[in-house]
Amino acid sequence: MLRIDALRAIYPQLEDTVVVTIMGAVAAELQAVGHRPNFFYLEHAMGLASSMGLGLALARPELPVTVIDGDGSVLMNLGTFTTMARYRPGNLLHLVFDNESLLSVGGFPTATSTGSDLAAIAAGAGVPRALTVHTEDELRTAVEEAREARQLTTIVAKVEERGPKVFLTDLHMLENRFEFQRWLRAAETRSSP
Amino acid sequence: MPVSQSHSQLVYDALKGCDVGLLSALPETWLVHLIRLADDDPEMILVRLAKEEEGVGISMGAHLAGVRSAMLMQNHGFLASVNGIVSGAQLYRIPLLMLISARGEMGEKDPWQTEGGGVTRSVLDALHIPYLELDHPDHVARRIDQAQTLADASLKPVALLLMRDLMWEDE
Repeated sequence: MLRIDALRAIYPQLEDTVVVTIMGAVAAELQAVGHRPNFFYLEHAMGLASSMGLGLALARPELPVTVIDGDGSVLMNLGTFTTMARYRPGNLLHLVFDNESLLSVGGFPTATSTGSDLAAIAAGAGVPRALTVHTEDELRTAVEEAREARQLTTIVAKVEERGPKVFLTDLHMLENRFEFQRWLRAAETRSSP
Repeated sequence: MPVSQSHSQLVYDALKGCDVGLLSALPETWLVHLIRLADDDPEMILVRLAKEEEGVGISMGAHLAGVRSAMLMQNHGFLASVNGIVSGAQLYRIPLLMLISARGEMGEKDPWQTEGGGVTRSVLDALHIPYLELDHPDHVARRIDQAQTLADASLKPVALLLMRDLMWEDE
């Protein structure tokens, strides 16, 4: 499975959820599929996308939150699994694209290429639902089931080691940041009586 | 334990007075009462971390979601968070209130704390993070309010150093 095809497959499911992605290829590909104001691309601070998602999910329990992580990023912050599992917000979905590579910096193999199993690590940390998927259909179903279950879920999606040639887009980080914050504020107004 | 309960309460009340609704923390001796106060407070979201840098991400999310937050950590936790502070909070202009226990300064008896004490201010300065010391109960509330005000106005991290004279009651 190509990551961009996986993103296209779940794109309709990301319409009503707050999305936080990691930097580089994932951010560029999701913007290529189509930017929305409820999408935030953490273009650095590697490892912290899931922490940001946890902060969002705890601060706004009424909003579904989806983190789109990567194997290289989450390996930099494995403690995040234990912290997420500790508070296990039911509105948080943690999707990890695992291409077994630090592709954005030249394709260095990560530890998942030598057998480290991120879904097993998540489950071992106490994440109530953790699974690995290999196809677009499996991914779409897993996302749907995570939503219905309303339980913290980590989905590890195995993808090919391929990505875009260019990571820079015409959406500036700060424009994204303020637009995202305004969307969240408006969502608060919409949901309050 | 000679960590000051009354001064911890002052710090906690001042944070509440600034509408802080989420605290991330990694325990250390000087912070025990503060963390317990947060844990006992049904209105406070307390996030116990595995490593302090996670707290930067959590505060970024909380801020964008409209909830004020603060980080409680030892100066070694601040040192462990530097990349997140620079490439997260500073890059994205997030008002990040950090309460940092200033271990390893004058009066420190634990040899293992002394190296961190010698570099904390230099690192804060290198990162252009404004900071104030909390070393007397009389100015705790005012300085916490000032720090939160500057963080909000500048959309940048600010630090408050929790000093021995405030946090510790020597026997």
